[in-house]
Amino acid sequence: MTVIQEGTVTAGNVVSARRTRKVAAGISPLRPRKSRLLTGLMLLYLVYTLVPLVWLVISATKTQSDLLSTSGLQFGHDFALFSNIKETLTYRNGIFLRWLGNTLLYVVVGAGGATLLATVAGYGLAKYRFPGRRVVFAVVLGAIAIPNTALAVPTFLMFSDMGLTNTVWAIIVPSLVSPFGLYLMWVYAEQAVPQELLEAARIDGAGEFRIFWTVSLRLLAPGIVTVLLFAVVSTWNNYFLPLIMLSKPNLYPLTVGLTQWSNQAQGAGADPIYNLVITGSLLTIVPLVVVFFLLQRFWQSGLSAGSVKQ
Amino acid sequence: MSALHTVSNRRRWWSHREIRGWAFVAPFLVVFALVFLAPIGYAFYLSLYREQAFFGGNTFVGAANYVDVVTDARFWDGAVRVLEFFAIQVPIMLGLALVAALAIDSGRLRAPRTFRLVIFLPYAVPGVVAVLLWGYLYGTNFGLAGDVNDLLGTAIRPLSERWMLTSIVNIVTWEFVGYNMLIFYSALRTVPEDLYEAAALDGAGPLRTVFSVKIPAIRGAIVIATIFSIIGSFQLFNEPNILRNLAPNLIDTHYTPNMYAYNLSFGGQQYNYSATVAIVMGVITAIIAYVVQLRGSREAL
Repeated sequence: MTVIQEGTVTAGNVVSARRTRKVAAGISPLRPRKSRLLTGLMLLYLVYTLVPLVWLVISATKTQSDLLSTSGLQFGHDFALFSNIKETLTYRNGIFLRWLGNTLLYVVVGAGGATLLATVAGYGLAKYRFPGRRVVFAVVLGAIAIPNTALAVPTFLMFSDMGLTNTVWAIIVPSLVSPFGLYLMWVYAEQAVPQELLEAARIDGAGEFRIFWTVSLRLLAPGIVTVLLFAVVSTWNNYFLPLIMLSKPNLYPLTVGLTQWSNQAQGAGADPIYNLVITGSLLTIVPLVVVFFLLQRFWQSGLSAGSVKQ
Repeated sequence: MSALHTVSNRRRWWSHREIRGWAFVAPFLVVFALVFLAPIGYAFYLSLYREQAFFGGNTFVGAANYVDVVTDARFWDGAVRVLEFFAIQVPIMLGLALVAALAIDSGRLRAPRTFRLVIFLPYAVPGVVAVLLWGYLYGTNFGLAGDVNDLLGTAIRPLSERWMLTSIVNIVTWEFVGYNMLIFYSALRTVPEDLYEAAALDGAGPLRTVFSVKIPAIRGAIVIATIFSIIGSFQLFNEPNILRNLAPNLIDTHYTPNMYAYNLSFGGQQYNYSATVAIVMGVITAIIAYVVQLRGSREAL
């Protein structure tokens, strides 16, 4: 709880700052008693959230025959987690590792680039009153309302004419733009970078880009991490775009690869590899969950900055 | 005198320095134009033409493709389905998210941080993995559907025609309650404490405070979340497209407008018609999102 407030304090939110002090001093007149009923009801929801994940972890420890013969939330006869992982990583000459590598490439370049562009542009929109600024803002906000998938087919046709399909650029270039990230950075930069600080730096004779690089960037850091995190999630989870852009399996990201494995269980020459799909799914989730745990402070405080402005 | 001085100062400063803002915004705009504006323009161009079946080449047909789409039963079949999905799923999801956010914010919960973290967890699960997971859970092979039916004495088959849409509603809800909860919760944290104190002094109980103070205070966040949910619902694709492999006979190629556009392009090579479907659906989505926003902000006044 204090974590969030720290974040908002750096963002210069006076209200929260006062609130933190009050809570810390323990003089809040509104400190209700804990409710067992409420905790119980919420526990039910917690169970619903966790059951599929628990099932996934348990299932990843089962052999294919145990999967089919034992009940879902029980462990199987053999503990096969490590042999499953080994099999997942080596199946078809290690294609899974290739997909993991592709996903990492798309995430590092795509999400990294998206964060960079959104940060610089959001800062520009927040701190400069240039003509045409409102138009830019309206167009970009309007773009949030356009379904990504509605754009995907036209983008595919256009990229196909440009000879970009079946290249990594077909995935990376569209990932570079995050209108939501821009919005978040714009709101964040407005409160995180005081105008007086910029004025002081200007009086010292620093150029605009130097000011950005040496003064503002540091103040924007919590917002940047938040935008990066959401960009990483959306690139890591990207499915529709690679599905239509790529037909070469060696360019697939994990999401498309996994569904291809899953589809192997259907149709004529069916060759089900349920244990590999399940273990592969677990391996796909783990890195993101770890990142979210480690960076809690950022995504929680950054989002609150986004919702202040409305 | 000093006020006048600042004003004239600011004007000069505007014309020279402020213009540099463009340099910051330009890189984003270039890529934005390439991946947002250009495809929209290209799709619009495509939608005005039709491919000749025998002679090859395109001929200009004006609005004919649009007329075809709005009279296409398959398109409306999918459009009505996502509307139905939206009407059922979004209230459930946002309702749960709001209750969870209010509960966590209320201070009446034990271990609120754990709740916040765990409920948000599914957001970190790729949508594709979530569908595969639930798809397996729904199945009778090694899923939990059988166990649950045994336990409750029911005979629900989640992957049957009757339950398919409900099954999809469940998957999407599971995925996104946490995300929306976080948006609401963050907004609740910014409500000034004074408001609660005033409400308490007026003798408002906890429920009264929720309905008269907290929910009105975060109306903006609720409107935003609703708009994102509308967009999400209307572009429904991943869930039915992946479940289709588990139940091929129940989900057809035009189950949602997005699947229709996809299958027209990649199954039928009907690019022009596919582009038209995408545009019509985009326009419908934008109109509904706009109406919600308008209503939301008017009520806030």
